[in-house]
Amino acid sequence: MDSSVLYVILPELILALGAIALLMIGVFSPNGETSGRNVTWLAIAVLVAAAVAVFEGSGSSAIFGGAFVSDSFTRFLKIVILVGAALTLLMTFDSFSRAKLLLFEYPVLVLLATLGMLMMVSANDLIALYLGLELQSLALYVVAAFKRDDVQSSEAGLKYFVLGALSSGMLLYGASMLYGVTGSTSYATIAAAAKMPEMATNIGLTFGLVFVLVGLAFKVAAVPFHMWTPDVYQGAPTPVTAFFAGAPKIAAMALLLRFTQAALPGVSSQWEQIIIFVSIASMALGSFAAIGQTNIKRLLAYSSIGNVGFALIGLAANNTEGTAGVLIYLVIYVAMTLGAFACVLAMQRNGRFVESISDLSGLAKTNLTFATILAVLMFSLAGIPPLAGFWAKWYVFLPAIKAGLYPLSVIGVVTSVVGAYYYLRVVKIMFFDEPAEGFSPTEGRTFAVMALSAAFVVAFVLPFVGGTVVDAATAAASVLVPAH
Amino acid sequence: MSNILSVVTFLPLVGALLIATLNAEAKGNARWIALWTTLVTFAVSLLIWINFDTNTAGFQFVEEHAWLGPLKYKMGVDGISMLFVILTTFLMPLCILASWVSIQDRVKEYMIAFLVLETLMLGVFCALDMVLFYLFFEGGLIPMFIIIGVWGGKRRVYASFKFFLYTLLGSVLMLLAMMAMYWHAGTTDIPTLLQTKFPPDMQWWLWIAFFASFAVKMPMWPVHTWLPDAHVEAPTAGSVILAGILLKMGGYGFLRFSLPMFPNASAELASFVFTLSIVAIIYTSLVALVQEDIKKLIAYSSVAHMGYVTMGIFTASQQGIDGAIFQMLSHGIVSSALFLCVGVIYDRTHTREIAAYGGLVERMPKYAFAFMVFTMANVGLPGTSGFVGEFLTLLSAFKANTWVAILATTGVILSAAYALYLYRRVIFGVLEKASLKKLLDLSPREIAILAPLVLLTIFYGLYPAPVLDVTATSVKNLVQNYQSAQGTAAASAAPQGTH
Repeated sequence: MDSSVLYVILPELILALGAIALLMIGVFSPNGETSGRNVTWLAIAVLVAAAVAVFEGSGSSAIFGGAFVSDSFTRFLKIVILVGAALTLLMTFDSFSRAKLLLFEYPVLVLLATLGMLMMVSANDLIALYLGLELQSLALYVVAAFKRDDVQSSEAGLKYFVLGALSSGMLLYGASMLYGVTGSTSYATIAAAAKMPEMATNIGLTFGLVFVLVGLAFKVAAVPFHMWTPDVYQGAPTPVTAFFAGAPKIAAMALLLRFTQAALPGVSSQWEQIIIFVSIASMALGSFAAIGQTNIKRLLAYSSIGNVGFALIGLAANNTEGTAGVLIYLVIYVAMTLGAFACVLAMQRNGRFVESISDLSGLAKTNLTFATILAVLMFSLAGIPPLAGFWAKWYVFLPAIKAGLYPLSVIGVVTSVVGAYYYLRVVKIMFFDEPAEGFSPTEGRTFAVMALSAAFVVAFVLPFVGGTVVDAATAAASVLVPAH
Repeated sequence: MSNILSVVTFLPLVGALLIATLNAEAKGNARWIALWTTLVTFAVSLLIWINFDTNTAGFQFVEEHAWLGPLKYKMGVDGISMLFVILTTFLMPLCILASWVSIQDRVKEYMIAFLVLETLMLGVFCALDMVLFYLFFEGGLIPMFIIIGVWGGKRRVYASFKFFLYTLLGSVLMLLAMMAMYWHAGTTDIPTLLQTKFPPDMQWWLWIAFFASFAVKMPMWPVHTWLPDAHVEAPTAGSVILAGILLKMGGYGFLRFSLPMFPNASAELASFVFTLSIVAIIYTSLVALVQEDIKKLIAYSSVAHMGYVTMGIFTASQQGIDGAIFQMLSHGIVSSALFLCVGVIYDRTHTREIAAYGGLVERMPKYAFAFMVFTMANVGLPGTSGFVGEFLTLLSAFKANTWVAILATTGVILSAAYALYLYRRVIFGVLEKASLKKLLDLSPREIAILAPLVLLTIFYGLYPAPVLDVTATSVKNLVQNYQSAQGTAAASAAPQGTH
């Protein structure tokens, strides 16, 4: 085999070998808690090493018969995923340790899930897509049920598994139809076949495309395939939820971007309608259903559904600016979500997690720094300038307006105002209400992630922060050329 | 001198960061730093006025830096925006002084919120990039939300949410319109957009979207209902900022975007704006008559006064726009002063009920004098600044549409009715309530707050030239462009008709 092939998949190799090595270290270490701690540190090191390997890569290459591609698009997303995963591991350290859950299996499973995500990002073939997706999903099912003796956690794991398996089945079914119609699993061949004029009315292609999109909509938790999200978010241990909300969403969105734009550009008029519907439904449900929530994790679950809806606007626009918009949206979304979940992790009293929004009552009086950070994140999620959340929306609505999607845009901004209500409610509870009992002091590493995230959100408006992200995303998006 | 606008805009932010480093217990230090920051900002901003060239119609003190991609960080002022900058920097020290005693809880955060708000408000008037403008315009919601919600009255939560969501809903539509303008013109640079001709049917939609935002901010009837709530619940300084500056952003927006960028749509929809303005003037004046809360009464009178502003702007004539700007500046001084006056007695008695007062002149003659001046200015008595703006806008309305002028003039009578009625019930009469018998007259701090406002009210009433000189050239240019756009629209419409 040509050694340059190995160089292209170097990040994946690092993760795969790292995961296996860490598994061995974990198994053969005597003490559970200490080995869990060491393995977590090593896992962070592996993720960072993989990120460096991604960063060092350059150019575009397709290997394994074109099934696996590496270009600036994949590199951009892989760095976001790896950094996101590393930060999640970093901030969950102490909460796991406190919950007596600091076992070596967790970081190993996270590494495997991350490996699956990297493969999803690079997939350029239906088989490769499925491989990556399942590797990621199976690892995630296990971590959802990681708190084995907790009923809620087990329920979350089971629910996630059953619905996830169902969606994988649908995806496979759709993929098999696409294969049947076009005679190939490769995106490039499918795209070429789908361009034929007679394909525009081919029922098999339409069915295949719908089923694959349904499967992917499950994975990104877009309405109407979102039902698992609130329960899984609430039931899974908080550190695990923090991981769920970030990196896997990016990988699934990346998959959706490449699949629609590389495999199905010829029938864009068909999938655009689906994306527009899913986007509107997600934004609307995400903002209206969140209003009545009392549990902060459930609130963030609905918030993530709404955010996916907003990100999909960029995809519906189906132009290069739109792809760049989705990428920018994902970066900002991950930053905000990590920060928000770090805040949830810091909500502890007497060594126990509290999850009710009313527990934040009067936080501005007991811990102003904490309250300010969470308030900044909430205003950002609500999309108020000059914070990063505003720019996320700016960069997805801008291409939608270019593409002439006016009704979608108007519905989008109106639902963002509805969404602002429940984000503001969190701020109101922290700043306007009478103080409740304060939280235990925040651990340094969790606090670091909170502060980092808030700093990013505030500093995005500066050219050397926001400009860097926007330039990188624009360069990454130029790889995928949407056809009209 | 080239970056003076950035200096003025971001000086308060520097002060806010300085206060943030203080210990939470250092209330006095927070107050003094805030006061000095705002005073220095005011002093520096006066340099803008001194160096302002009144013979130039275009933008001055322009600075431009690369920002995000096609967006530029571009600042500059012209005759329309410059005085709003001065108004903002002038009112801020007064706000800090007005909060000196009345705010005892979370002083540090309060001062930070006000200084951040000042930066954002100044940015609105200086920004020469649409997106930068939007950033400042919307960003101001955050500190104001906190100010109303934390330091407000009983129904502060309701008022702060209403304020925030109302304004946000209006603004997001404007954001979409800005995006459409960007794709049409290829830039978000305001001076370039002022030269861009948008197709008439597109103008119509853009006009509506911008109107949604500015009408709420202004506020115009029927989307004014957030204002009385916000005013009543906000702390005194918050009301001052709301009435003095935030409301002016709506009028400024009309002058900066709606009128010059969408001249054809503006001409088409002018009668619509006139109608809303008339309703605002008459209806809210009548509503003001029956209010029992002093702040609410002044809030409704603000809506009525803003009716003159929108009416004047959309006559699109030199007098109308000059008058509208003057009216906004005058209202910025007078209504701020009225809210400060309410704050003075509220600090003493902790009630805003009109019925709780009466005969204050016996105990507080100095206060009665100041309140009298502002009441007269609110009525629009000749010799006060309130007269000039109302007179000019009515004059222009008379030229544009006699009926509009006649109906709007009834507002002058109504405003006299509610303002004098208020004054009589609060100041005159017999001092019988025991709670009022020990009241003290204005303290030196309060005199320091009100004296400059009294002087300005009378000075600009007698000699409005300094203001009108600044605005004249830019407004003339605006009106000319507006009229030539009407001409070209008519010319391009004519051949279409022959086909």
